[in-house]
Amino acid sequence: MIRFILGKLLYLVPTFLGITLIAFGFVRVLPGDPVLLMAGERGLTPERHAELSAQLGFDKPVWMQYLDFLGRLLHGDFGISLVTKKPVLTEFMALFPATVELGFCAIVIATLIGVPVGVIAAIRRGSWFDQVSMTTALVGFSMPIFWWGLLLIILFSGILQWTPVSGRISLMYFFPPVTGFMLIDSLLSGQEGAFRSALSHLILPSVVLATIPLAVIARQTRSAMLEVMGEDYVRTARAKGMAPARVVGVHALRNAMIPVVTTIGLQIGVLMAGAILTETIFSWPGIGKWMIDSISRRDYPVVQSGLLLIAVLVMVVNLIVDLTYGLINPRIRHR
Amino acid sequence: MTDTAVRLSDAAIRRRMIADFWFYFRQNRGAVVGLFVFLLLVIMAVFAAVLAPHDPTQQYRDALLVPPVWAEGGREGFLLGTDAVGRDMLSRLIYGAQYSLFIGIVVVSIALLGGIVIGLVAGFFGGWVDTVIMRVMDVILAFPSLLLALVLVAILGPGLTNAMIAIAIVYQPHFARLTRASVMGEKAREYVTAARVAGAGNLRLMFRTILPNCLAPLIVQATLSFSSAVLDSAALGFLGMGAQPPASEWGTMLAEAREFILRAWWVVTFPGLAILISVLAINLMGDGLRDALDPKLKRS
Repeated sequence: MIRFILGKLLYLVPTFLGITLIAFGFVRVLPGDPVLLMAGERGLTPERHAELSAQLGFDKPVWMQYLDFLGRLLHGDFGISLVTKKPVLTEFMALFPATVELGFCAIVIATLIGVPVGVIAAIRRGSWFDQVSMTTALVGFSMPIFWWGLLLIILFSGILQWTPVSGRISLMYFFPPVTGFMLIDSLLSGQEGAFRSALSHLILPSVVLATIPLAVIARQTRSAMLEVMGEDYVRTARAKGMAPARVVGVHALRNAMIPVVTTIGLQIGVLMAGAILTETIFSWPGIGKWMIDSISRRDYPVVQSGLLLIAVLVMVVNLIVDLTYGLINPRIRHR
Repeated sequence: MTDTAVRLSDAAIRRRMIADFWFYFRQNRGAVVGLFVFLLLVIMAVFAAVLAPHDPTQQYRDALLVPPVWAEGGREGFLLGTDAVGRDMLSRLIYGAQYSLFIGIVVVSIALLGGIVIGLVAGFFGGWVDTVIMRVMDVILAFPSLLLALVLVAILGPGLTNAMIAIAIVYQPHFARLTRASVMGEKAREYVTAARVAGAGNLRLMFRTILPNCLAPLIVQATLSFSSAVLDSAALGFLGMGAQPPASEWGTMLAEAREFILRAWWVVTFPGLAILISVLAINLMGDGLRDALDPKLKRS
């Protein structure tokens, strides 16, 4: 197992270097003077330009600039935002919990609904439930989620007035962040109604973000179940008179879950892309909206490091998925 | 004489294959519906100038935010109502089909061509060439696709052309991986060795001998990428990074409509519905293609 983990880790080194290379190269291929772009100042005197150029390291050879860049990254220095003048890593850490909270709720919704729907559709293959749920799943899979979010806002915030339009919690409540997760912090604050408010702000964005993963998980669970149900050991279990629920729950589901777990894990990248759109629609103060805002404000240090941090994050999550896969499916790690 | 006989049987085989393909494709009712809707979309795009009742950019200043004809306050000439500057929604939607199809075709063509060449080279030559190419593909795949496309657009500048290039770059590794995997499976087969012994050069082996046998999964992936391209370009348009106003691209239309969501539901509903229906139709078609072309991937 340790060799398996080490192998996977080694495999990541070139990918990581590639990611840093892209983030590093990004600023240098932008049209315009990189010094001006990264310093965010205008109307510079030649002296000030030279000073900034030296300060940012642009006067050195490119390979040295890259090594410096890598060195700074490894020391946790991700640059300073041009707009807020705060370290990018600090901003990232402050906003990250909002995105995690949203993504976590979305994946929980997607799994809790997607897996049972997929299982039932597989067991009752060809039934109306199978047909309706799989058609719905395909619609969900094809959904432009930015539009879906707007529709839900029209219905639940506009017409029914059940949920707020944007933000994480009502302005009535204020408490210092403890964990950064609004659901937990609002409970810890002990303020009456705070948790309710946080929950009502979270529900629509979570549903929107969960839509595509839910569709993917339901379809994947169904096809994995169908495959497993045709296996000899399931037929044997049936033949020896085991209760249908036990056949499905113990023999089929446990084996069908192996590809499903991978699918769920691989949705993290999808969630990250979805978070950009969802957070923009609902003005959710997470890293997706932060990236969009930074791109439109030309805050390039943030775009550069944000891109890098998100890619590394997705890479690490994929590694964890790979390792989990090896853990639940011993055949993989002995290959 | 023998030559014509062989050619005739070739044509017969091809007819047989098309008949087989159609037989399996037809079995999937959803796929046929998808194909039908897709053809409608193509007709809409091609004959937009004839079908659209108004010019898509003509602003009727006396008809701002007119509701659809069946709703209260709707007007005869504007079937699906007008937007905030008095442009006819229906005409804009019809012209929008041109954008979506164009984007899909361009993105898939670039990604497919690039992916095939890169994948063929990696799979055919193997060794360090393969390792280097596939690591680069892994790096591209490590980024969430929409985010990478956004950053690429930030580099290239917002606009439809750049958005299409960005999306194509992001999709290309999928085709490269798929091609490489098929090529590696095919290259050890006897017919390739036979062609090599007969004196075929590398280029001929790659493109004439091996490639045609790797096409089925690529066609399926191309269909799926077509729908993702429509979706992603609409998302970029929605975020202000794709087609720029006054283009009647559906995502851009949605972006312009955002501030009216609580006042004028139709300006938000119809463009999104158009995106959903097109993407759904293409995905349905993709399912059918997979069933017909690739028995290995067939849905159980």
